Amino acid sequence: MNPISFITQMIRIAVPYLFAASGGVIAERSGVISLSLEGYMLTGAFSATLGAHYSGSAWIGVLCGMLGGLIFGLIHAVASIRYRADQVVTGIAINLLAIGVTRFFLKLAFASSSNSPRIPGFGGDLRWHGFDNPLLWLGLLLVPVLAFLVYRTPYGLRVRAVGEHPEAAKSLGIKASAVQYVAVAISGILAGLGGVFLALDQHQFTDQMTAGRGFIAVAAVIFGRWDPVRAALACLLFAAAETLQIQLQGNQLIPSQFIEMIPYLLTIVALAGVVGRAVPPAALGKAAE
Amino acid sequence: MTGNATVTGNRDDFAIRMEGIDKTFGSVRANRGASLEVRHGEIHALVGENGAGKSTLMKILGGLQKPDAGKMVVNGRDVTGWSTSDAIAAGIGVVHQHFMLVPTLTVAENIVLGMEPRSGLRFDYAKAVAEVEKLSRETGLAVTADSTVSDLSVGEAQRVEILKTLYRGAKILVLDEPTAVLSPPEVKELWGVLRKLRESGGTIVLITHRLDEVIEISDVITVMRAGQTVDRLKTSETTPALIARAMVGRDVVLSSRDEASALGTATQEMPAPPDSETGFHPSDDMTSAIRVNDLVVMGSRNTRAVDGVTFSIRPGEILGIAGVEGNGQSELIEALAGLRPIHSGIMRVNGHDVTTEDVSARRDYGVSHIPEDRHRRGLILDYSISDNLVLGLQGDYSRRGVLNGGHIEENAESKIRKFDIRPPSRELPARALSGGNQQKVVIAREMGRAFSILLASQPTRGVDVGAIEFIHAQLREARADGKAVLLVSAELKEILALADRVAVMYRGKLTKVMPIEEVDEETLGEYMTGTRSESAA
Amino acid sequence: MSSRLRENLEEALFPPIVALLVALICGDLLIMSYGQSPATVYRLLLEGTWGNAYGFGQVLYKATTLIFTGLAVSLGIRAGLFNVGAESQLAAGGFLAALLGLGLSPHMPGIVAIVLCLIAAMIGGGIVGAIPGWLKVKYGAHEVIVTIMLNFVVLALLNYIVAAKLHVPETLHTPEIHNGAIPRLDAFIQAFHGSAANLTIIVALIAAALTWVYLFRSRRGYELRAVGLQPEAAEYGGVSVGATWMRAMILSGAIAGLGGVNYVLGYKSYYEEGFAGGSGFLGIAVALVGRNHPVGVVLAALFFATLSQGGLAIHAFVPKQMVEVLQGVVILAVAMSVPEVRAALRRARKPVAA
Repeated sequence: MNPISFITQMIRIAVPYLFAASGGVIAERSGVISLSLEGYMLTGAFSATLGAHYSGSAWIGVLCGMLGGLIFGLIHAVASIRYRADQVVTGIAINLLAIGVTRFFLKLAFASSSNSPRIPGFGGDLRWHGFDNPLLWLGLLLVPVLAFLVYRTPYGLRVRAVGEHPEAAKSLGIKASAVQYVAVAISGILAGLGGVFLALDQHQFTDQMTAGRGFIAVAAVIFGRWDPVRAALACLLFAAAETLQIQLQGNQLIPSQFIEMIPYLLTIVALAGVVGRAVPPAALGKAAE
Repeated sequence: MTGNATVTGNRDDFAIRMEGIDKTFGSVRANRGASLEVRHGEIHALVGENGAGKSTLMKILGGLQKPDAGKMVVNGRDVTGWSTSDAIAAGIGVVHQHFMLVPTLTVAENIVLGMEPRSGLRFDYAKAVAEVEKLSRETGLAVTADSTVSDLSVGEAQRVEILKTLYRGAKILVLDEPTAVLSPPEVKELWGVLRKLRESGGTIVLITHRLDEVIEISDVITVMRAGQTVDRLKTSETTPALIARAMVGRDVVLSSRDEASALGTATQEMPAPPDSETGFHPSDDMTSAIRVNDLVVMGSRNTRAVDGVTFSIRPGEILGIAGVEGNGQSELIEALAGLRPIHSGIMRVNGHDVTTEDVSARRDYGVSHIPEDRHRRGLILDYSISDNLVLGLQGDYSRRGVLNGGHIEENAESKIRKFDIRPPSRELPARALSGGNQQKVVIAREMGRAFSILLASQPTRGVDVGAIEFIHAQLREARADGKAVLLVSAELKEILALADRVAVMYRGKLTKVMPIEEVDEETLGEYMTGTRSESAA
Repeated sequence: MSSRLRENLEEALFPPIVALLVALICGDLLIMSYGQSPATVYRLLLEGTWGNAYGFGQVLYKATTLIFTGLAVSLGIRAGLFNVGAESQLAAGGFLAALLGLGLSPHMPGIVAIVLCLIAAMIGGGIVGAIPGWLKVKYGAHEVIVTIMLNFVVLALLNYIVAAKLHVPETLHTPEIHNGAIPRLDAFIQAFHGSAANLTIIVALIAAALTWVYLFRSRRGYELRAVGLQPEAAEYGGVSVGATWMRAMILSGAIAGLGGVNYVLGYKSYYEEGFAGGSGFLGIAVALVGRNHPVGVVLAALFFATLSQGGLAIHAFVPKQMVEVLQGVVILAVAMSVPEVRAALRRARKPVAA
């Protein structure tokens, strides 16, 4: 196994996770449960495809993808903050909705139930192993940016305060619900970008192309204990396992299904506190008024 | 400025003037025409029993609640119904009874939250730390700016709360029960800080019900009772007894046995205690229905909420526990009911050691329990009256795992009739009943079955006068039937009217146990507020 | 009594009605975006489902699985637990039933074989349900995340076993079971010919009835609902919250697991990778719309099954994916209107004066 090809492949696999998990971190730190990352990714991928297809520009696709993720993020925000709906239910509903909406409009726009035509995208030069994709660099850059946002800006401080103790934040005149709206909107955009990466990297949209990556991102958020850097490391770890599975294929040392389980098993173990308890933000799931 | 507080004065001198404040939550009228006048540069104590409406009045002042009616003026400006941010901007700082601190953030982060020092996009944490340290030095409120709040002691956490308000330039500081969680040296330290703030021109409103503290620190006292402002006193001209009387109401007659019977609707004779004397016989194990030895119960924050309590109650006796709330009464009752683990000590019921038994087993040994919070523990609000009447007895009302609907309905019909629960429709959810009728459901369940010991915690809280009389009559009847009753109440009046012996609980200990004949309210008040203490036998 | 019933019904029915209206409007927009007439499409949808025996049989078949997963989710919610793991519990139940069916002698009486397979399905689902229950009671691990994560783990494990040991070459399914197959409805009513509807629907209805009895007529059900509504009051009533949660998760998993037989014993006679196909997640929608009441669950399962089968009926005019959008809309609308309706009704009903 070639270490360079291992690392490059791992990073390519990790980037969508990095985007989505970053979105998950900021939303959950503000106290809003984010099981809807999968849905944001899928709409992001599809909107990017629409944008790139009709404009002929990958960058317009990026913007459209961000918008798609944002819209679904706002649906989640309105349902769970304004209407105080159960955040687990809305999250799952958004995932179902995203599958339905993308399929319906895939059929409407491209008269196909499986995939879009080839669209403009990024990368593709084999010598670069995908590193000529600007979104890949954006995804890697996102980790320090998010860590800065969460730990080094006034907004980040407020996010952390609202997710832990919204009443305390409110008693100081902070509009806790506004903090949450912004956080969920950011999470929609970021996870949407994760989907954009997939679509533009593969130069097309395929039905359910996110294939559970949003849930791996959820696992990374929890395994990373709601910390941007640790969550990013979790993404890399999960991506490494996947890369191993791909590169070992044919060589049936460990069945692929067992490698698939790794992120989820690790997350369960982390939640049960077998090695250092993963403690969620104290007010997670409670909408601030 | 200091020392010359007068009760009357130029209206413009007032830092705060609140008049005719009304505030209703659901069916509870927390404030009715309450008023408060605080002059610049004074330490003003706001006292009253639990539920007198002090905290609500201060929440209105701090902008967390809007008044239904009334007017409030701060520094000469009409600010009725303002918001939290308005109040902060106008220099009002509220230190809540339950700390409003984010445990995962540092001291400096908590203090600057909402008005963070910035450099560019960045939150300038170093500057925040520097500013907090400077403020800490200036005010003498010692904190470590960089430590995480969850690691702080209660005293430190409170200093952080005060610094939070001062960082926002507070000139008027409101402290809600600040000493409830402090150790005596921390209290002394707090007084030092408050005096210093007063010297530098600050105004302080202190909510408390510890009268020794009021006398020690305040200049002027406002007394609230049942949502209204009932008295305004100059501290130098009053005594704890006078304040206590104003808090409880002037109509209380000390040692009110005769009035007690008059209070009840039932005109039955006062049952004579089975023993001719009401004295305490620690050695007399055989005759006590419940006996507790050196009980220790841990509270939240891992403190000893109940710290070595010993008592016994004989059949046909009511032991009343008086005391300011938060001195371990709730933990004591929960531990006796089996809802909170007993850390050490022994509890016996009719001679059986039940220290390690669970709730159901204790119930089977004859322990009934009227919990202090019927909405949280005593009732399942969405269950019907019928279903609530068998809560805890569901095993007795089922056969081979299937509920016996017929028995449950019969039980409901008879209890509704016997305990006069209104409206008398057993299918109604408990939520739909008035407070008094909800409590009747609890009482019907707990006292309408075979039992020998009753743990009654705040049995008449939040119920109407008619229900109070009914509940008191029930408790007397239980005594006449030879039941042992442990009565915890924040209403001194209630204890005086019902108990055969009175124990005072202060900081987890029973500081005094005395027969009702020897009780006078003044001494009781002194024990309750910690001005006097004596280890109980 | 009657006014009490009316109030309960109002609180239960308003949110789904609101949701249905919202969904209808969304549906109109989607249909028109495709240049079709909503009236025609809705008529086709009804005709293709309740309008003929085959369509109705398919609705019954799809509703059967959803009744089980809906009951499973609602039982958990009644205990204050959110079981998002019905998907893998369903698969595990189906798998164990198939495994037993493979091992049983074809000479054993069919009814005995079926009962044994049903028990196996319950055990399979129950085990998968017990794990998050145990992790919650013992370690305080949140059941939502654990059940979601466990879905992936269990499905991967089952896929491995099938792929490595049990599959028929060139397929993703096991060989056909030797015994335990549940008869199809068309064996009794010719008109159902071709539809997958089978007698598992009877098992589903019995399960709904038993769940109702358990929840509302048994001591354990009384305790379970108490724990779900007010755990502290339940504790006061001598109920062990942990034991109740454990019991609820095992039961919930067992009910979901039973749902696996609809496909495995009733339809294909083998276990196939991915047969659950989202029915577990849709169970959440069914429980939500059915307001966690067994009767509501049966009706909601029929509703979602109609949508799903109806998608096929209208596919010639509007992509069948429209119904997937509508499912999402219904769930969101119900979830958003439940707290609103409850608050509004509470405001309207002031406490009765003494």
